[in-house]
Amino acid sequence: MKVKNLLKAALRSLAKNKMRTFLTMLGIIIGVASVIAMLAIGEGSKQSIQAQISTLGTNVLMIFPQASSSGGVRMEAGSSQKMTIEDVTAISDRCPSVAYVTPQVRTSGQLVNGNMNWRTSVYGVYPNYFEIRNLKLMSGNLFTLSDDRSATKVCVIGQTVVNNLFGANTDPTGSYIRINKIPFKIVGITEKKGQNAFGQDQDDMVFAPFSTVQKRIMAITFIQSMLASATTEALIPAASREITDVLKAKHNLGPSEDPDFTIRTQTDIATAATATSGILTILLATIASISLLVGGIGIMNIMLVSVTERTREIGIRMSVGARGRDVLLQFLIEALLISLLGGFIGVTLGVLVSQLIANILSWPVTITIPSILMSFLFSSAIGIFFGWYPARKAAGLNPIDALRYE
Amino acid sequence: MHRKCKGVGQAAGEDIKMDTTIVSVKSLVKTYKMGDVEVHALRGVNVDIMKDDFVAIMGKSGSGKSTFMNILGCLDIPTRGKYYLDGVDVSSLSRDELANLRNRKIGFVFQSFNLLSRTSALENVELPLMYNKKISSHEMHERSMKALEAVGLADRAHHFPNQLSGGEQQRVAIARSLVNDPVVILADEPTGNLDTRTSLEVMAIFQKLNQKGITVVIVTHEPDIAAFTKQNITFRDGRIIKAIAVDKPRNAMNELASMPAVTDEEDEL
Ligand SMILES: Nc1ncnc2c1ncn2[C@@H]1O[C@H](COP(=O)(O)OP(=O)(O)OP(=O)(O)O)[C@@H](O)[C@H]1O
Ligand SMILES: [Mg+2]
Repeated sequence: MKVKNLLKAALRSLAKNKMRTFLTMLGIIIGVASVIAMLAIGEGSKQSIQAQISTLGTNVLMIFPQASSSGGVRMEAGSSQKMTIEDVTAISDRCPSVAYVTPQVRTSGQLVNGNMNWRTSVYGVYPNYFEIRNLKLMSGNLFTLSDDRSATKVCVIGQTVVNNLFGANTDPTGSYIRINKIPFKIVGITEKKGQNAFGQDQDDMVFAPFSTVQKRIMAITFIQSMLASATTEALIPAASREITDVLKAKHNLGPSEDPDFTIRTQTDIATAATATSGILTILLATIASISLLVGGIGIMNIMLVSVTERTREIGIRMSVGARGRDVLLQFLIEALLISLLGGFIGVTLGVLVSQLIANILSWPVTITIPSILMSFLFSSAIGIFFGWYPARKAAGLNPIDALRYE
Repeated sequence: MHRKCKGVGQAAGEDIKMDTTIVSVKSLVKTYKMGDVEVHALRGVNVDIMKDDFVAIMGKSGSGKSTFMNILGCLDIPTRGKYYLDGVDVSSLSRDELANLRNRKIGFVFQSFNLLSRTSALENVELPLMYNKKISSHEMHERSMKALEAVGLADRAHHFPNQLSGGEQQRVAIARSLVNDPVVILADEPTGNLDTRTSLEVMAIFQKLNQKGITVVIVTHEPDIAAFTKQNITFRDGRIIKAIAVDKPRNAMNELASMPAVTDEEDEL
């Protein structure tokens, strides 16, 4: 049979059974659309998590004191008091791969401005904390190391704090607020940064010189953690090693002894978060695959229901001279047309639904070409297989058996 | 083989030995296996059918007529025995070659019409030509229209089977069977579902085709219908028990003409 006639026969047969064609296509459409939408959501959340992790800073290393197990009693992580300001100095002096290092203490503070008040986290850090975290000021200036030495009562606050204490669209640089009843001068406002990977509002923070927070607000002598940055991304592992060595030496621990601190790098966190979102993507893909499969079963169902009719048609065609391959080709083209058209509509629908999700639910979605190709190919394969299957069976029959088929 | 060297002007149906053999069947056996049970539908059939012949196959229900016809039409394969169609040993052919044979040399008419539903009469008639690569769409259309004219249905070319009466559907099926210029037309109870007048119309078409030189074999239960053919073969229990030449075949055309026209007049009564 000529290709033109084959196409004609296939198109005619599809047009003849519009309902069947539509239902068959529906399975593919829903399958493809859901795969694309699900993968878009998965990919979107993965990318947004990665983007947020990069807001953590550049080449960041976090150093926490290890839960001490001295005397056989394990204590809560971070409760150790073993980390001191000398450790910070040692790292900054003796670790060539470390660009910046800052001690960090954190407490919660009650902030008051006139009759407005707000409760938030107060961080005590060195000014280089802002380098490590890539934090910029939109107004005012940073406090300095000499502010730290003299434990000056100055602070830099985030936009959320400004909004809650002074109202939106104000610049309170130079004003005073009270933190736990102690008056602080606001010297700068940080640029808006939004939420971080863990859903924390990064603008809802107050930063003050380390010594000010440690001594004046918290009245402690140890430091809770350290934040460092490696000079380059490639040197993160080296920096981690150097810090380990220096701290172990400082804490009188032999090389074979377990460290009494933990170092977590940005890479670790990114890997963990990516793994989490990877699980999400797999979950969504599984759900979508199930819907594709259900679509496939729908196609098979419809094809099997019509198998009697189709088998008689095949019998008729063979009785007037159609060869097995003519029949197969016609059905293959039919199935191909259904799958391609259904796949095309499915892709369009999937993209539309993804956009809708992005716009209405404001979820991050990213449509990737492989997801389109994959669902398209997969659904086509299902459509072709289930469309072709009855034809292949019938084409192997004697014409008279195909005609008699019931 | 010996077909082309035939002279002209033989009296139809007579002097069979001198005529060209179109269908030649030797010791044809067909056994259906249904689990443990074997059904012997054909138990050794021998028959030669000549060009220009018009054969009616008769016999009781279950005697193997349809089985025989299906094998002649290459729709089914015999269990044993030889079948030569127009000189070709059919039993040695592959599935594709059988399909080609059905496409080029055989026209088959089924009792139940077997038209493609929701497909116009014309497209149904075109179907055999679609599977012939040598035929252009233009020629396909032309030949199909001619075939429809031959059965008097040119004006119904674009009607669907469900818009046609049983007789008209059977005529479409006949048009489909003759569109490929077959050497033999095989019809299994072509008038089984039709009334007397419509049956006559169908027989008139077959007689016309037979006069043009196409071999026609039909299965029928009705002696009245068999009387329009030239030779009657009777089956019983999968064997031929009788083969007789019809003395004076009736002429369907003439009988139709002498019949009171039904359509308009009957309404007026
Ligand atoms: N597909 C089949 N499977 C099993 N047995 C069959 C099959 N087709 C026919 N038979 C048997 O073969 C025998 C001959 O059947 P066939 O259809 O040839 O009879 P027939 O002469 O055409 O009868 P009728 O006049 O009723 O059409 C019957 O006994 C029938 O039951
Ligand atoms: Mg029969």
